[in-house]
Amino acid sequence: MSGIAYETVIGLEVHVELSTLTKVFCGCPTEFGAEENTHCCPVCTGMPGALPVINKKAVEYAVLAGLATHCEINRYSKMDRKNYFYPDLPKAYQISQYDLPLCKSGFLEIETESGETKKIRLNRIHLEEDAGKLVHAPNHSGSLLDMNRCGVPLLEIVTEPDMRSAQEARSFLESIKKIMEYIQISDCKMEEGSMRCDVNLSVRPASSDALGIRTETKNLNSFRSITRVIESETARQVQLLEQGVPVVQATLHWDEDAGETSVLRLKEEAQDYRYFPDPDLAPIHVDDAWFAHIQSFLPELPEARRKRFIEQYKLPADAAALLTSDAALADYYEAAAETSQSNLTACHWITGELLRLLKEKEVTVSDSPIGPGALGQLIQFIDRGAISGSQAKEVFDIMASTGESPESIIRSRSLVQISDSGQLEEIAARVIQNNPKSVGDYLAGKEKAIGFLVGQMMKESKGKANPKLAGEILTRLMNPS
Amino acid sequence: MQPWKMPAHALKQLYLSREASVPEVVTGMFAHIKQTEPAVDAYLTLCEESAAAQAQAIQKRYDQGEDPGLLAGVPMAVKDNLCTRNIRTTCASRMLENFTPPYNAAAVEKILAEGAILLGKTNMDEFAMGSSTEYSYFKKTRNPWNPQRVPGGSSGGSAAAVAARTAVCALGSDTGGSVRQPASFCGVVGVKPTYGRFSRYGLIAYASSLDQVGVLSQDVEDCALLTKVLSGYDPRDTTSADEKTDDYLAGLNQSVRGLTLGIPKEYYREGIHPDVRKAVEDAIGQFQTLGAAVKEVSLPHTEDCLPVYYIIACAEASSNLGRYDGVQYGRRASGYRDLSDMILKSRSEGFGPEVQRRILLGTYVLSAGYYDAYYKKAQQVRTLLKQDFDEALSQCDCLLTPVSPVTAFAFGEKSGNPVEMYLTDIFTVSVNIAGLPALVVPGGQDASGMPCGIQLVGKPFGEAVLFKIAHAFEQSTPWHSLTPKEVAL
Repeated sequence: MSGIAYETVIGLEVHVELSTLTKVFCGCPTEFGAEENTHCCPVCTGMPGALPVINKKAVEYAVLAGLATHCEINRYSKMDRKNYFYPDLPKAYQISQYDLPLCKSGFLEIETESGETKKIRLNRIHLEEDAGKLVHAPNHSGSLLDMNRCGVPLLEIVTEPDMRSAQEARSFLESIKKIMEYIQISDCKMEEGSMRCDVNLSVRPASSDALGIRTETKNLNSFRSITRVIESETARQVQLLEQGVPVVQATLHWDEDAGETSVLRLKEEAQDYRYFPDPDLAPIHVDDAWFAHIQSFLPELPEARRKRFIEQYKLPADAAALLTSDAALADYYEAAAETSQSNLTACHWITGELLRLLKEKEVTVSDSPIGPGALGQLIQFIDRGAISGSQAKEVFDIMASTGESPESIIRSRSLVQISDSGQLEEIAARVIQNNPKSVGDYLAGKEKAIGFLVGQMMKESKGKANPKLAGEILTRLMNPS
Repeated sequence: MQPWKMPAHALKQLYLSREASVPEVVTGMFAHIKQTEPAVDAYLTLCEESAAAQAQAIQKRYDQGEDPGLLAGVPMAVKDNLCTRNIRTTCASRMLENFTPPYNAAAVEKILAEGAILLGKTNMDEFAMGSSTEYSYFKKTRNPWNPQRVPGGSSGGSAAAVAARTAVCALGSDTGGSVRQPASFCGVVGVKPTYGRFSRYGLIAYASSLDQVGVLSQDVEDCALLTKVLSGYDPRDTTSADEKTDDYLAGLNQSVRGLTLGIPKEYYREGIHPDVRKAVEDAIGQFQTLGAAVKEVSLPHTEDCLPVYYIIACAEASSNLGRYDGVQYGRRASGYRDLSDMILKSRSEGFGPEVQRRILLGTYVLSAGYYDAYYKKAQQVRTLLKQDFDEALSQCDCLLTPVSPVTAFAFGEKSGNPVEMYLTDIFTVSVNIAGLPALVVPGGQDASGMPCGIQLVGKPFGEAVLFKIAHAFEQSTPWHSLTPKEVAL
């Protein structure tokens, strides 16, 4: 070991499938999981004579992604052909964007390990079409092609080499995912391939500003693989440099089972894609009216919303971050806070009980068995002191399993708490009379005895006494001033 | 009476007046085809059965007193690069020997919707690359005027069929003159409309920014009629024009008095055959007789047309033809080692020499390091060429030019020398580069009796003016009524 400290330099190319209803150049559905080769037509299968027609929604989604990531929007853009032969690409070219991407020069902010905010610059975001899927038959007996995915719209988001660790890369990807979900242009499901990532990585002495020679590991589809690739590729490159062996620029393939990369092709074998403007598609001109129309779809973004939650609802920073991590959850919170008129209690219940429930039922917040209005009402009962905390949990669980309103649950199960002083005084008087020993203990200074007496009151009232009031009344009755 | 030899507009009148029936015409047409086809070989596929069924259906509608459409009962041929549902569409290539599209091209849809009878698919240069139809993988089509001569290309089958009257009219395609040059060689009328006037949907692409569907017919009126049928925006082709279409028939029979024809001086250069020159000069004289003015104009970048055309067309072709790799489309070779060997072998076996030549050229000009020097430069010169035409056409109503420097040449005369073959395209490719409409009408004969057309080039979407001018010329000259003697008519 030379003892030199090394720094990892990471740039990402993220592919995000857009959730348009139809494909980018034809009217076929984009829906995932259909029977093979049922969502295709002459256009997306590259049939001789067929022509592409651009899906305006896909253009709008791409622009929206750019607006959400501080990009400049190229109001005059075009589609280009990227030519290469591969069996999953029926036209032998992919319609993509070369020198005039729809979006360029943006950035995203992430939080680093040390808790600082860091800007990750985006080089570009462009629109392109996905390829088909090869299904390899067992025993090398052949490969089959499913063209359902051909022509599904993809965004390619290319960063500058601004990340320095697996954690930063992960944080960036989570941030991208969150934004895409916020602006509702992709569901970013890595397991369904709707978000995939290429990792460009080089290492250099920490003291150096020059970039090292990089490798590109293609097509990673889980956070775990991405983290492992970064770790293993960093170690491999550092080891080479330590041995005085230069890193060779190459495109790599990651084998998840073996936990190692293998070379797909070297730099000299790099393909010449012969990009040129697609003569079948007119250039894209996002004029002022269209641009304004797209801008009107741009919702409040996670960062701004988090700040607003802290300011407007006076929430603790970590709770605000948690609630705004998901647009649907943040919407849920705002609705519940409004009904309940209690920002903090609503926050407490959502970050606690509700999230526990959702996790337990394995459902998303949009499918929550308890709506924000119902939860808001429950909180009102709590805040009014109408039910106790433990009763509230009971009501919450019943709401979750039956979908009943809190009001009807409380009424039908006679859960309403006794907070009437007169009624409580009567019970307290009876308890004092029947428990002279405990009263004596209390008066002798054993403060704990009051707990037993409150317990007796709860028993007498069949659990309905407001425990806080009960304690106060007992104290008052036993200490006549 | 042999009504199947008449132009569509005349045939239509016979149907309406019940002087002819569609089944009778279609039967007569197929009899004529069987007699003539061995000498001409215009068709790659004949659709006798479906044509007979179509004829019955159309006649039924006539019998019920309907007018079933502008082309109802007109027997037509379609070039074999336009997709026809359930009918083999080969582009005259071994590569697509067994390709049967599941859909109709927009142009085919439109003629069928107007009641045209589809006779069959015509021969062409492979993937529309060529000027003589000699590059067809399947057969050579002969010029009906002289079986030793080529019919021109690439729409040679369609032009020969119309000339031999084995089709009343036909669809072709024109990327650099592929409708107009064979029209001239075969003595028929041909139009390539403004780029975007007709939908390209279903036209198997050669060079997308230059390709247009075109029409071949016996006379100008039929050409106008078909242009009327085929014009219009198609949402499936975003390069089709959302421009209003004119009634191209309305201007026929109007005088050309007061109109000005521009004569591009750069087109009357060395290398034009004297007989061709004479035909154009006679046409100029005829237009003057008809009261039109003639004016010399200039297209200064004419010399650059061929290189620009071959760079752009080949670049686009190299990409458009990538899909024929033996995986999803195209003939798959046998006996390959691996994927790349399969693609290599399939493409080497499936494509003929001219197609391979153009793919290689196109791949080269798009390669990293050469793009700026070739493709980008060609696009820049393309802009200059368009400006030349804008300037020239601002001084006149249309241009009058030769179609080809020569009349139909003999088989093998030019196919051995690709550059010499390319040079014959000089007057037609410029029009595709500029995206303008152009029409070819018979304008004379050479010393050996081979036909020679003249070309009229119009302003963007100015097809109606071209039909008016061409019609006046046609009606005052004998050329369009001559038919080949070599073919039994």
